[in-house]
Amino acid sequence: MAASPPRRGAARPAASRLAPLLWLGPSLVLIAAVVLWPAVEMVRTSFLRISSSGLTLGGAGAGNYRELFTSEALVPVLLRTLLWVGGVVGVTMLLALGLGQLLNARFPGRRVVRWAVIVPWAASVLMTALIFRWMLDNDSGLVNRVLLDLGVLDAPVNWLAEPGWALFWMMTVAVFVSLPFASFVILAGLQAIPRDVYEAARVDGAGWFTTYVRITLPMLRPALIIASIINVINVFNSFPIIWAMTRGGPGNATDTTTTYMYKIAFVEQDVGQSAAMAVVNFGLVLVMVLLYLRVTREAR
Amino acid sequence: MRARTVAVAGLAWLVALAFLLPYAQMTLTALTPEPELTRSPGTYLPTSFRWSNFTEVWSASPLATHLQVSITVAGASTLLTLACALPAAYYTARNRFRLRGAFLLLVLVTQMFAPTALVIGVYREMVALNLTDTLEALILVNAAFNLPFCVWILHGYFSAIPRELEEAAFLDGAGRLGALTRVTLPVSLPGLVTAVVYTFIAAWNEYIVALTVSVSDNRRPLTVAIPSFVTQYQEHWQFLFAASLISIVPVVVLFVFIERYLVSGLTAGSVK
Repeated sequence: MAASPPRRGAARPAASRLAPLLWLGPSLVLIAAVVLWPAVEMVRTSFLRISSSGLTLGGAGAGNYRELFTSEALVPVLLRTLLWVGGVVGVTMLLALGLGQLLNARFPGRRVVRWAVIVPWAASVLMTALIFRWMLDNDSGLVNRVLLDLGVLDAPVNWLAEPGWALFWMMTVAVFVSLPFASFVILAGLQAIPRDVYEAARVDGAGWFTTYVRITLPMLRPALIIASIINVINVFNSFPIIWAMTRGGPGNATDTTTTYMYKIAFVEQDVGQSAAMAVVNFGLVLVMVLLYLRVTREAR
Repeated sequence: MRARTVAVAGLAWLVALAFLLPYAQMTLTALTPEPELTRSPGTYLPTSFRWSNFTEVWSASPLATHLQVSITVAGASTLLTLACALPAAYYTARNRFRLRGAFLLLVLVTQMFAPTALVIGVYREMVALNLTDTLEALILVNAAFNLPFCVWILHGYFSAIPRELEEAAFLDGAGRLGALTRVTLPVSLPGLVTAVVYTFIAAWNEYIVALTVSVSDNRRPLTVAIPSFVTQYQEHWQFLFAASLISIVPVVVLFVFIERYLVSGLTAGSVK
């Protein structure tokens, strides 16, 4: 960041001291009204007892949290969420490293390939999830048809009705829609590496692998960190994929904390407990991001 | 062409095909006559392309209304975001002041809050403000949650413009506003376009808040309306995907349009 420019005068009139407020005001009001208010309201709600029709019945103390932590579904849902976030982000970042490199290489038609990779980023995640749901359809889906024709399957599989397979396919969709952003951030990172660094490595006789591990990866660090953090947040919050493909079912067998939270609020109609789940959820994201930052810092 | 380039190009084109495959399947399904969609096992290609699916879908549901809602919500929230983000980004890029760092940090932290994480709070707020089932609620939410990205990307572009350029125009008698509109804005146009397109698409695709807050059919955007073509009572996959394509194609075209700025935008906005 540039050094601060010299001030015109040490003592500034009150009007110019208020100037920042004028320019930043609209943003501050919007953030306060639509981001901070709901955040505070959510925490407050998590300590309230709220009827299924939305009436506040009074304080709940830690009741909502106690109820949440004693519900049988919670632990499996939490573990599944960790698997979901860890698996999707891990696979996405690995594939994105390759894909970013590929998009950075010189070949005819590069622009068109970049456009193709962008499509799942621009298209609604919900609708991408819906086409996968249709392709995985038990009776008429393309996936069963192809696997039957190839002789991999003898009989059609109802992919989304079996929790293990459903989770596998939904994680595949999550990777598919997360890849474009991650790859483009890595592509941006690759383009920021000066050419002469590679020149120097070549002169020193470093091989392809050494160059990649010693130069490319370390110089990609900022891009990798940004891409993974934003990915963790997005994947954690990725509601439409699960909602469109299985609704977290059968039962709670494919719920993550996000869909579970939504179900508590709008299916079981217990907004108080749902708010408690949301608070726990947010705490989890925060912990994950902080842990991740810590780990990457120590690895330096 | 060298063998290596051929291999790289071949691999890259395969990747491109893999990324397009689901959307190709979406298009094929949208063009299939409904009776063929219930066959088991499924068919690879429809026996005939039924283009009229794309015209019938408009009468199968009030699609025009949903389209109008999506356009209104995405358009208005983009305008609102810009109206808030532009002055903030410009001021923080041009001036040092106390709390400047605090403001930029606040914006960064806000980016960590996704609408999904806060949906319960947003719902409670809208109930309290009597704004459930209104477009205003959707506009406010989309504007607020896309504000951080816009501020960062515009801040990056404004910071990169040398002050001298603006001051030269100012001294030439263009005036403060003239310098802004004739020098700063044109130079930062890529950033502006990226911010606009990005916000528009994010609002266009927003799902969970609209699902929660919108009740009436005529206040539901496409994302909430389209899945209802396939429920436990009816299955019109051809209409579902015809409508999906109607909603996807325009934004994909918009996004392709800013592709060349995405890399520099992401660098300016986040990687730095």
